[in-house]
Amino acid sequence: MINLIWLFLILGGIAVAACNGRIDLVTETFFGAANDGVRVCLDLIGLMTLWMGMLEVARQAGLIRLLARLVRPLTVILFPDIPPQHPAMGAIIMNISANILGLGNAATPFGLKAMQELQKLNPWPDTASNAMCTFLALNTSCIVLIPATIVGVRVAAGSINATEIVAPTIFATGFSMFFVIMLDIIWRSYLKAGHRRRRKW
Amino acid sequence: MVVLTLEAVSRWSIPVLVFFFLLLGWVRRVPVYEAFIQGAGEGFQTAIRIIPYLVAMFVAIKVFRVSGALEIMAHACAPVLRLFGAPVEILPLAIMRPLSGSSALGLATELIKTYGPDSFIGRLASVMQGSTDTTFFVLTVYFGSVGIRRYRHAVILGLLADLSGLFASIWICNHLFK
Repeated sequence: MINLIWLFLILGGIAVAACNGRIDLVTETFFGAANDGVRVCLDLIGLMTLWMGMLEVARQAGLIRLLARLVRPLTVILFPDIPPQHPAMGAIIMNISANILGLGNAATPFGLKAMQELQKLNPWPDTASNAMCTFLALNTSCIVLIPATIVGVRVAAGSINATEIVAPTIFATGFSMFFVIMLDIIWRSYLKAGHRRRRKW
Repeated sequence: MVVLTLEAVSRWSIPVLVFFFLLLGWVRRVPVYEAFIQGAGEGFQTAIRIIPYLVAMFVAIKVFRVSGALEIMAHACAPVLRLFGAPVEILPLAIMRPLSGSSALGLATELIKTYGPDSFIGRLASVMQGSTDTTFFVLTVYFGSVGIRRYRHAVILGLLADLSGLFASIWICNHLFK
């Protein structure tokens, strides 16, 4: 799947550029975008170092295990493969909470911590586990209570009621979160119903 | 009033979080400084491990947009969205949103400025921007950080999350703002 999308984006891009007579832009774009990718990672280093340190303090203080214990009923339904009270759940909850509050730059380090914990439970290290797929589905569909960035843009553009979009945003994210959780549960029970895990995916 | 509350939350949450983490660590007798250093060491490796994944994704997305392929795809999708009551103008934003966070925010800001924040297009663009996520960035970074190359159904679920968020935004905006 990801192979096809990647091929489609690059081959499609080059083909269209060739037809539009923008072929010299392609070379320039390749090198520019490669540099951008590295720059984003470099910007992440400081953020990741800071939050990974803070998270270690929280872990040693027992906060992550406590969070995992609090959401045990949810864990059983959404993440049947994760043992109850596993620290992975604590990190997942912190990531989802940060997403809900619109704290983008804290959410990523929390999420990566959760992925590390999930990877410890993964029998095939180069293939996504069911729990990882569920976690990423939750993460990308996550309900948002405070869309601070876009409210800021609206205020700057002189809106007379900048926050009127908050309620519709909560509705739309709530709907997509519910929809994706249902799909994931259905998909998992379909996998369980005798279909062997297809490793080619 | 609501704007002020939102601003206060986004201004206070990070300092409060750090304060709470450290205070809790101190109360539970964690050697906070040593624990911080111990955990922080992982941050560097994690960020570096993501580089190949992110370069692969950035190059593909950028060439797709710069070449004009994005516009062609937007034109091809236009009839479907019109059926659901969405104006054609928001299409590039709808396609760009799962691919790249910064370009999507740029597109949304442009739409809001051009058509006005209180126009239908401005409101729809705002709701869409808030209610979908940069799925490909999340997939790339999260899987990249632990070296996973086979994404399985995470791709489909992520894209369906965006698609359902998009249609929910269009539906709710048509009901509230038209």
